[in-house]
Formats: sequence, C-alpha cells, structure tokens
Amino acid sequence: MISEADVEHVANLARLALSAEEKRRFAAQLGAILGYMQQLGSVPTADVEPTSHVLDLVNVFRDDTVQRTLTLAEALANAPETAHHYFVVPRVVE
Amino acid sequence: MELWRYTVHELHARLCRGEITATALTEAVLSRLHAVEDRIHAYLTVTAELAQEQAAAADAAFARGEVRSPLQGIPLAIKDNICTRGVRTTCASRMLEHFVPPYDATVVERLRAAGAVLVGKTNLDEFAMGSSTENSAFVATRNPWDLERVPGGSSGGSAAAVAADACIAALGSDTGGSIRLPAAMTGVVGLKPTYGRVSRYGLVAFASSLDQIGPLTKDVHDAALLLQAIAGHDPRDATSAPVPVPDYTQALGRGVQGLTLGVPREYFVAGMDPEVEAAVRAAVAQLEQLGAKCLDVSLPHTPYAVATYYILANAEASSNLARYDGVRYGLRVEAPDVVEMYRRTRAAGFGAEVKRRIMLGTYVLSAGYYEAYYRKAQQLRTLFRRDFQEAFRRCDVLATPVSPVPAFRLGERLADPLQMYLADIFTIPVNLAGLPAISLPCGFTAQGLPIGLQLIAPPFGEETLLQVAAAYEAATPFHRRQPALA
Repeated sequence: MISEADVEHVANLARLALSAEEKRRFAAQLGAILGYMQQLGSVPTADVEPTSHVLDLVNVFRDDTVQRTLTLAEALANAPETAHHYFVVPRVVE
Repeated sequence: MELWRYTVHELHARLCRGEITATALTEAVLSRLHAVEDRIHAYLTVTAELAQEQAAAADAAFARGEVRSPLQGIPLAIKDNICTRGVRTTCASRMLEHFVPPYDATVVERLRAAGAVLVGKTNLDEFAMGSSTENSAFVATRNPWDLERVPGGSSGGSAAAVAADACIAALGSDTGGSIRLPAAMTGVVGLKPTYGRVSRYGLVAFASSLDQIGPLTKDVHDAALLLQAIAGHDPRDATSAPVPVPDYTQALGRGVQGLTLGVPREYFVAGMDPEVEAAVRAAVAQLEQLGAKCLDVSLPHTPYAVATYYILANAEASSNLARYDGVRYGLRVEAPDVVEMYRRTRAAGFGAEVKRRIMLGTYVLSAGYYEAYYRKAQQLRTLFRRDFQEAFRRCDVLATPVSPVPAFRLGERLADPLQMYLADIFTIPVNLAGLPAISLPCGFTAQGLPIGLQLIAPPFGEETLLQVAAAYEAATPFHRRQPALA
C-alpha cells in the first residue's frame, strides 16, 4: 500500500508539484504497480550478480583532440532566460 | 503505381536509371502525406522545405553520376525524440514543445551524409513512454488499418507513416518494444538492433541501458539498407560498440537451410489472442517447410519480464528526466524560488504517464527500497541474459509473437497502466538482454488487423535476423497487403 504521504515524499524527491487529485490517483496506481512488481521477491537470486548494462565495455576513452563544439550562442539558444552569457535562475540564497 | 507505394530498394533502382527524380518522388510522398495525415496524425512536424532542398541536392548528385548510398533522394521520417539540427524536436512533450536542437543525432548526420530526404518528425508517446502513442501531449496517432485503433507505441507515428505510405521508411527507437510493437500492429517491418550497434548520440535519453535506434520499413530488404546506413561505432556514444559492420544485404538471399529455430514455450501463454497464436505457429511451420529445423526451448524467467523492466526503465527514466528543470532548455514556469520553479515547471511540462514513471522510478531508487526493487531487478536481468544464452546454445534464432494481441482500440487500456504495460511482455526481454530482434508481418486477424512475427538473435546477429526474415517474406504475401486508406 502506498499512502498519499508516501506519494508526497516521492514527489518532493522528484521535484514534481502534484495536485490533490494526482496524489490520490498516483497512490492507488503506484500501489497496484508496486504490488505487481513484488512478484520478483519469489525468484531466488542470492548468488546472482546484478547486471547494470549488457556491454563488456569499461572505461571508454577517446583521443584528447580539439574538435568543433557548440558555440556559446548555440548552447544558450534554447534557454528560457539568459544574461551576460549565463543561464539565469530565480534567487537561490536569500 | 504511384511513387509513394514503392520500397527504398525499388526507388533506388529507378533513381539510378534516371526513370524518376528525387524531386518528383519527394513531391509525391509529400502529397500522399497531406492526403492521409488528417486521418492518421503520424507527424508532429513536416519539413517540406528542407525535403525539397535535399531532393534537389540529391538530383544534382545523380546528374553528376554521384551515388553516395541507396538512400540518396529517398524521403524518410524520423521519430521526434531524435535530434535534428534546426528542426524542432519535441519528444511529444509540452516540456520540449519549442526545443530546436543545435546539433544532429549521429544517425541523422549519417542519413544526411547518405543523401536522404527528411520529410518530417513523427509522433510518439511522450518521451517514448507508452505502447499506443496515446501518451503524446499533442495528438493520438491512428492505425491506418483501422482508424479507431492505436498504431502501437511508442514509435507509432513512424510505423503509421510507413504503413500509410506517408514516407518511404522511418527511424524509431526501442526501449522495451517501441519499434517492434508498432511495426507488428501496423503491418510493417521493425528492427531493433543489438545494444551498442547504433549510436544513440542525439537520441533523447529515456532508459540509457536499454534504448536503441532502429528502422521501420516496408520490407526486410529496406530494413537492411537503413541499418547499414546507421550502424557502426561512434566516439560520441561511449556505449556504441567497436564491432565491424557487415554488408547486411549479403544476408538476404541465403535462405534458412541448416538453421535451427527455437520456439520458446513461455511465449505462448493463456490469454493470448488465438488468431495471433495461430498466425505465429503457422509462420514457424512455414519456416520449417523452407528448411529450418524447429526446436522447443524454454526461457523460464519470461513471466517476470514486465516487473523487471518497469523497475529498471523507470529508475533510469527518473534519473534521465531530472535534466528538465527549466534552466538550460525547455519549458519554464516562473516561481519566486528555484525549487518551486523546478516543481511547477515539471508539473506543467510532463504528462500523466511521464509523471507516473518518474514517481515509480524515484520510489524504487529511494532509501529503503533500492535493494528490494532496483537491485533485485538487476539480478533478474542477469537471469534473463542466462535464459537467452542457454537457448542460443541449441538454436540460431528464436521465433515468437511480438504482442499477445493485435492493435487495440483507442482509450481501451488508458485507464489501467498495468494493462498497457503487459502489451510489452514479449518484446521487453530482448532489451533486458541487449539482443537484436525484428518484427515482420505474418498474417491478419479475421477483422483485417496485422499480426507480427518476432525473430530474436544473439548479440550482433542482425544478419541472421535479416536472413530468416527475408526467406520468410519471400515465401509469404503479407507484406504486400495495403490498408484500405483512400
């Protein structure tokens, strides 16, 4: 069972503002889906190594060479607000 | 026959012989697109002007006797979660409604270099999260075979566009079945390459350990041609594999003599549509008749696929989608402080399914639940890989249904997210194990809805898939049937 308080806690971690209606709905739906996921508990996995991805690649490096990258203007072009070549955000510290 | 009806390889031959021009072909495809689009809603952006320019450039190249690739002058569509420089890329989300990428995805760069013509960006479930394309923030794409039904998802726009001849071929992406499921439901060919075969640079990330780009095409030959154009190592994607790319068209005429086909018993389950089961079993019998040896195999962890996948994919999604914070790109909803700005931006920018998945992913990664859900699912993932490794000791390729059901009605599964997730049960294990798989038409229901056959091969076994699929296609008429769209 997932309570609305659980939903609020997770929504805060995920930085999502939810309406009262969404909290009610997600509590019910997440409860049902997580309940379904609990079937995995019945599979014995004590000695099984976890897989995070399927490739055998580790520490992929490339040569440290100069290449064309985005220009400042391109990098800022989609930003909601910019000033003096920076992204602008609302006040963070009082 | 109208030009938009043809396949890539047929059109390439005609372009090379000078019988048609890329400009005329592009005009024909754009006019077909406009004739069907108000019923299908396959596209989010149509790039007619760009297409005309590219077609003219292709014609100029042909006139110089320069043929860079089989895709030169061919009108293609791109799923709208793949970045196209200067062309809006929305992921079917309010969050990215006005996002214009400053760079091309590697696959797009390769298509442009191959001389292809880009006709537009296709609809999808928001951020590729869904199995019906109904989760698009903008419009629900319709299935060309029955306008009251979904085209499958999440690459439903690409699949519907190919099925309706509103492009010659398309690219999609597949995280848990998002190429194969819509291909099956719209009667086209969909190929999900091995994890690492195709660069994901410029593919908007959903679940990074599962996502792969692949083609949706009218036939198997075209799938080989598109894969050829996009496959190969890319230094900009650290997960792209430094494995040589073979000539895929060489695999097409080899037949199936001497190959062993495994049929996993867990993929024929109670509750699956009897017409789907009959069509897939008939396809297996057909391949046997063509000379393949058939074998009963077991993939014992199959029943746990959906639970495993929706833990891992949502955990990765919750992390990947943290970047949508209203700062560098995308929507921003103003607020007095920065945390409230994040919360309101994300509340307004994401649709219900995306929020649900972010919530689930955040939950399974949060303190106290990580071991029971996330780590457990990663261990299951190891067991899925072992299941396949075991099966491939005894056979070269696996044959299964793509989906337990044909295309369902719009709205039918929206109320119950879990029911929607279960549509992916036969496609998900392939992503968990990083394998290549292809979906191709293998019949129709009595109501005239397409049914898909899935073939699965070991890592980097795309040639085997194309070999078996081409042999099956050559012996059957299903890929030639057209939806009754006027």
